[in-house]
Amino acid sequence: MSRRRLALGVWLGCVTLAAIIVARAHYIADLSAFLPANPTPTQQLLIDQLRDGPASRLLLVAIEQADAATRAQIALAMAARLRRDAQFSTVNDGETVGLERDRDFLFDHRYLLSDAVTAQRFSAAGLHAAIQDSIDDLASPAGLLLKSLLPRDPTGEFAHLLDQLSSASQPSSSDGVWTSRDGARALLVLQTAASGSDTDAQERAIASIRGAFAAALAAASRAPFEHAGAQLRLSGPGVFAVMARAKIKTAVVRLSIASSVLVVVVLLAVYRSVPALILGLLPVTTGALLGVAAVALAFGAVHGVTLGFGITLIGESVDYSIYFFVQSRRSQSGTEPLAWQRLWWPTIRLGMLTSVCGFASLLPSGFPGLAQLGLYSISGLIAAALVTRYVLPSLLPRGFAIHDLRPFGTGIARWLRPVREHRGLGVAVSMAVAALAIAVLYQHRTTLWNRELSALSPISAADQDFDARLRADLGAADSMALVIVSASTLDAALRGAEQAGEALRPLAEAKAIGGFDSPVNYLPSLQTQEARRDSLPDPATLSDNLRRATAGLPLQSERLAPFAADVEAARHAGLLSRKDLQGSSLAAAFDALIMQQADRWNALLPLHAAAPGQSIDTARVTAALKAAHLDEARVLDLKSESDALYSSYLAEAIHLSLAGFGALIVLLALALRSARRVARVLAPLALAVLVVAAGLAACGVQLTILHLVGMLLIVAVGSNYALFIDRQLNLHEAGGEPLTLAALGLANICTVIGFGLLCFSQVPVLVALGATVAPGALLALLFCAALSPPEPHA
Amino acid sequence: MTPRILAAAALACICAASVCSAADSSTLDQVMHLLAMRQHGQVEFVEQQFLAILDHPVESSGVLRYDAPDRLEKRTLEPHAESLVLAGGVLTVERGRSRRVLDLHSYPQALPFVESIRATLAGDRPALERVFHLDFTGELAHWSLALVPLDRQMAQSVAEVRIEGAQDQLLKVDIRQPDGDRSSMSLKAYAAP
Repeated sequence: MSRRRLALGVWLGCVTLAAIIVARAHYIADLSAFLPANPTPTQQLLIDQLRDGPASRLLLVAIEQADAATRAQIALAMAARLRRDAQFSTVNDGETVGLERDRDFLFDHRYLLSDAVTAQRFSAAGLHAAIQDSIDDLASPAGLLLKSLLPRDPTGEFAHLLDQLSSASQPSSSDGVWTSRDGARALLVLQTAASGSDTDAQERAIASIRGAFAAALAAASRAPFEHAGAQLRLSGPGVFAVMARAKIKTAVVRLSIASSVLVVVVLLAVYRSVPALILGLLPVTTGALLGVAAVALAFGAVHGVTLGFGITLIGESVDYSIYFFVQSRRSQSGTEPLAWQRLWWPTIRLGMLTSVCGFASLLPSGFPGLAQLGLYSISGLIAAALVTRYVLPSLLPRGFAIHDLRPFGTGIARWLRPVREHRGLGVAVSMAVAALAIAVLYQHRTTLWNRELSALSPISAADQDFDARLRADLGAADSMALVIVSASTLDAALRGAEQAGEALRPLAEAKAIGGFDSPVNYLPSLQTQEARRDSLPDPATLSDNLRRATAGLPLQSERLAPFAADVEAARHAGLLSRKDLQGSSLAAAFDALIMQQADRWNALLPLHAAAPGQSIDTARVTAALKAAHLDEARVLDLKSESDALYSSYLAEAIHLSLAGFGALIVLLALALRSARRVARVLAPLALAVLVVAAGLAACGVQLTILHLVGMLLIVAVGSNYALFIDRQLNLHEAGGEPLTLAALGLANICTVIGFGLLCFSQVPVLVALGATVAPGALLALLFCAALSPPEPHA
Repeated sequence: MTPRILAAAALACICAASVCSAADSSTLDQVMHLLAMRQHGQVEFVEQQFLAILDHPVESSGVLRYDAPDRLEKRTLEPHAESLVLAGGVLTVERGRSRRVLDLHSYPQALPFVESIRATLAGDRPALERVFHLDFTGELAHWSLALVPLDRQMAQSVAEVRIEGAQDQLLKVDIRQPDGDRSSMSLKAYAAP
């Protein structure tokens, strides 16, 4: 009795503690579940970019429907409003207002910022060519804007700076704003101040964009425009993160409710006893609670997807109480917990341990999502099994009885009889099925595995396509590939960026790349600034050069006195540093291309594709950087690097699963001490896995890491079935089989419900798991039962 | 003269003026109609720029090409090759290896320079009236259209555009800027090379 009290006390204490931990745990739904826990240096670069890089902070905004003028009006109004919003570091709709606002800064420091400033440019010949160009400019409306600047800036340094800062290839434009190439959408490109991995901040930023759209729409409807039907569409990593979080959240909530309700209905229908139902759910809830608490303690934060996987635990841990209730009803007079503990607990314990073996193989995974799933399942299953063994018996009310399930079990046995009576045939058919499955898998061997990270993305293919279309329309703003120059100081990183720029320029001229951005367009390194300042001639030389340069030109050098004064002032001006950019929109643009980590500074040079939709030949870029001996510069292609990372997870998961399977065989061999019994337990499971894998392949599904986890689960769940049937055979107990079959059948129904529901979610990782385990568990039971010999007396 | 006669004379003058302006307005509509009928046009131009800052005018020449309703291309051949294309409200200037794209919505100062010619070639009177005050004189055989920007910002870059033409042919485009600088472009039928 005191031992019972101790068990109850420990259980209550654990549940309370777990409840507190669960309530205070931190839940996340960002990319971190998919990023490696112990990254290599290259992976670290990738992670930093995915979390905080400029690409992660990009939000793409499209305005559709209505007419072009209304779309443009709305886009302009939205941009004006969002530019005043501190949540956005840059807001670009194709207007040049950003640069206009900073024109004083650019104009004042043009001789430090312009990459055209060289000693040659200030020689007589250089000045002649530059001034001739400026005079030609005056003849066109574009140049006329610069007419008033001519006396101060006859070399057109300011116009050159504006060209240098505006991207190499601009999107198409209409009515003052960027548009898609077919003209059907107005486009804005925003960059958030917060990093892309800050999903809450991204959600707030998205809400602000929607607010700006609503306000612009309301304003447009007051004007005499046909605004009807103007629609807002958003895309970008932040939008995807928010969308994914919402989808996972909805899926987890809905699926938990649906599977709980269905399992409750099934159990109630079978037990026909409310106390039995409540008691039966105790191990499940305890397991789920302790599982989440264990993950929270070990990982510091629980990923949303882990909770989604947790639903599957309902399907498996409810089995324990089913086995307990059904098997403990051996005698007609009522329950006999002691007999149950003696006869069946060792089997449940072995089944639980085989499952733990399978899941333990996920623990060392570098993929945090898998490691969390492993820990969650292990602690959940152990807790559920222990509660079934030590808590449930002491909670049973006196005279407790569930509805007799013998007829259900007898029905199953009768249905299986024809197969079981011709065991030779059954084995032959099984071998044929296995051979067929292997043939199908062999046929699909090259396309069997999906090695792209996007396969795990909860974002629908339609949304991903839309994102790709917007990026293609924007062309320049898309930067999935970039060069990263790392150094110990900011200035050294800028110096490196300048050298990398020199190496990249020939590639841009050869059209291998469309162009590139660089932080040095906003702030050159001190060395470069100094070189530019030193290239400015002294007043006497400049005056002499100007006199010779303007010979034959319609512009007298005397008119250029303001120019001479500006150059003289620039010769004595100080060099620029980061703090000089403060307060201008250049600061935000500069900061977006600089990342500081501990004592390292990284300058980012996003590369533009030569043509929209074209990918960047990173090998060629790497070769160019290598030829220039830039050891601190690295090329990073976010897409291919992410896929490589995922591929490594997949390879690792395959190895770990095989190791887990090996451990499981050893465990069974130790427990059963008979190769024949081990084979009898494992053969149906292997067959179920083969058939499911072949079925998925035949349906054109490419397997992902989650399908692999699903196969592991088939073995984990199926091993319980196989062990129970094996135990029943070795009991040599007449008339006991129907109850065992009934317990397994009921457990199987609950498992299939739990996993089957996952197939209806919008989250691919959950669908993959459900589509593998639901049919796999059903097949595992069928194969286990069909391949076992019938009860002796029958 | 009695005040009554004076009043009558004034009335007559006002009537005459209004009749005259009505006649001009209908001639303008006729010209616009003729221009609107043309879908394509290609002429040679010679342009002179008179800029205070320069000692002597800068002369350039080339080909002006128009495709209804909103594409205008000014290809300068002499003294330096340059192409200026207006399409869909976006101005693209290319010279040598440099290429600059200006959206006219962002640069309202540049708008009168091109919109005056484009809308006239398109025969689009409402478009002209959105941007300019119109003053039309002359008749179909030889007409003159003076355009003064309505918008103050545009008026800072262009004081007046004066277009002369005969029937549906443009003969001359003079642009006067508020600071006294001006340009004068003469057009003549394109002689295929």
